[in-house]
Amino acid sequence: MLTQEEISRYSRHLIMPEVGVEGQEKLKAAKVLLIGTGGLGAPVAMYLAAAGVGTIGLVDFDVVDVSNLQRQVIHGTKDIGKKKIDSAEETMRDINPLIKIVKHEVALTSANALEILKDYDIIADGTDNFPTRFLINDACVMLGKPNVYASIFRFEGQATIFAAEGGPCYRCLYPEPPPPGLVPSCAEGGVLGILPGVVGLLQATEVVKLILGAGEPLIGRLMLYDALAMKFRELKLRKNPECICATGEVKLIDYEQFCGIPKQPEPPPMSAEISPKDVKTLIDAKENFILIDVREPHEFQIGRIPTSTLIPLGDLPKKVAELDPNGNYVLHCKMGGRSAKGCDILRQSGFKNVRNMTGGILAWSDQVDPSVPKY
Amino acid sequence: MAKILIPTPLRQYAEKNNSVDVSGATVGEALANLTTQFPDLRKNLFTDEGKLRSFVNVYVNDEDIRYLQKDATAVADGDTISIVPSIAGGLC
Ligand SMILES: [Zn+2]
Repeated sequence: MLTQEEISRYSRHLIMPEVGVEGQEKLKAAKVLLIGTGGLGAPVAMYLAAAGVGTIGLVDFDVVDVSNLQRQVIHGTKDIGKKKIDSAEETMRDINPLIKIVKHEVALTSANALEILKDYDIIADGTDNFPTRFLINDACVMLGKPNVYASIFRFEGQATIFAAEGGPCYRCLYPEPPPPGLVPSCAEGGVLGILPGVVGLLQATEVVKLILGAGEPLIGRLMLYDALAMKFRELKLRKNPECICATGEVKLIDYEQFCGIPKQPEPPPMSAEISPKDVKTLIDAKENFILIDVREPHEFQIGRIPTSTLIPLGDLPKKVAELDPNGNYVLHCKMGGRSAKGCDILRQSGFKNVRNMTGGILAWSDQVDPSVPKY
Repeated sequence: MAKILIPTPLRQYAEKNNSVDVSGATVGEALANLTTQFPDLRKNLFTDEGKLRSFVNVYVNDEDIRYLQKDATAVADGDTISIVPSIAGGLC
């Protein structure tokens, strides 16, 4: 039953036959779990709160950072340093005090996932890493709960519903994760701030449709969105008869291991890494070495180490021939990931003296020169 | 000629092209022509044994080639081949 207050608040829903009082009561009774309150989670949480979804669970353990605010519109400048889950709750309460918000301030793991997910009707995956995405998929398959899925990269997004009754799951689409390092993350690759707004609201739309039982749900279809081309494309997804969702052989595993992420990162060989401070010492001592920045030109423009030479990682294989294999090299990028790959490329070409600057230019800004902006 | 759409994460290996027109009667031939033109794409699309990587799916128009004839799926003039890798981003 809707209260007087709810009737006033949701009147634009109530006068639509596709929602009406019955639909609004379904929304009120619905329990939706949002995993991640970042770029995708932000618009999903705000609009589902506004729409009157009765119970919204949030899973996050991160803290609001200034670099989040370019796209995570649920958090504001005043929230920097606050727990995202608290900041998100505050915004949602302001939008709609009539709903219930349940906070799960944890990292989702194989040990807690089933316990957390079991109380909800619909799961919305807005996470940023492969281990958690596989974990959410497998838990949804086991519990028989639909996973409204979206992911974003730069100016491109994907959305679909996995693990709905009779529909395909994430593993039907991708049986295995990419090896670490082959697919860049948003932190390394960047993301257009508006993108998660559009893609997150595709997710929110599908959540609301599932609750209402209205329209054509995005099951068995993968929606691809390209913001630059301003094009939506749709691909067919099929349930793979060999997938664990069809054979029933699904159980929760060690997802970090499954995704090839070592438990304790193996210490690189002594000579492979060099700290920003030690690089500074080499520069000050005018040591004979070449500092290569493997980031993209637009990142180089944001801030650079003065003596560095820009060779974007993608160009490195072609430029190898122009470099002296007997030289002494230090490579760096934003955080150390791409430059580690760059070091591998040089070593495979027979370069002996190649080191990776630990932590990239972010660490340089922290440890050596704070006037180099972090981004 | 068929059009191959290159997804954002792989454009850096294809001289920043978002689509490339290639010839080839099958998906296998079209992809082989693509990776001949852009050799850096090869290791991102195929394993050392030459198998399509499991986090990359290929579609002819809107159909997954795993449910057609895989590499041998015929490609006609004007078809669109999509390469769709898994991307994890969301929270970030
Ligand atoms: Zn499946």
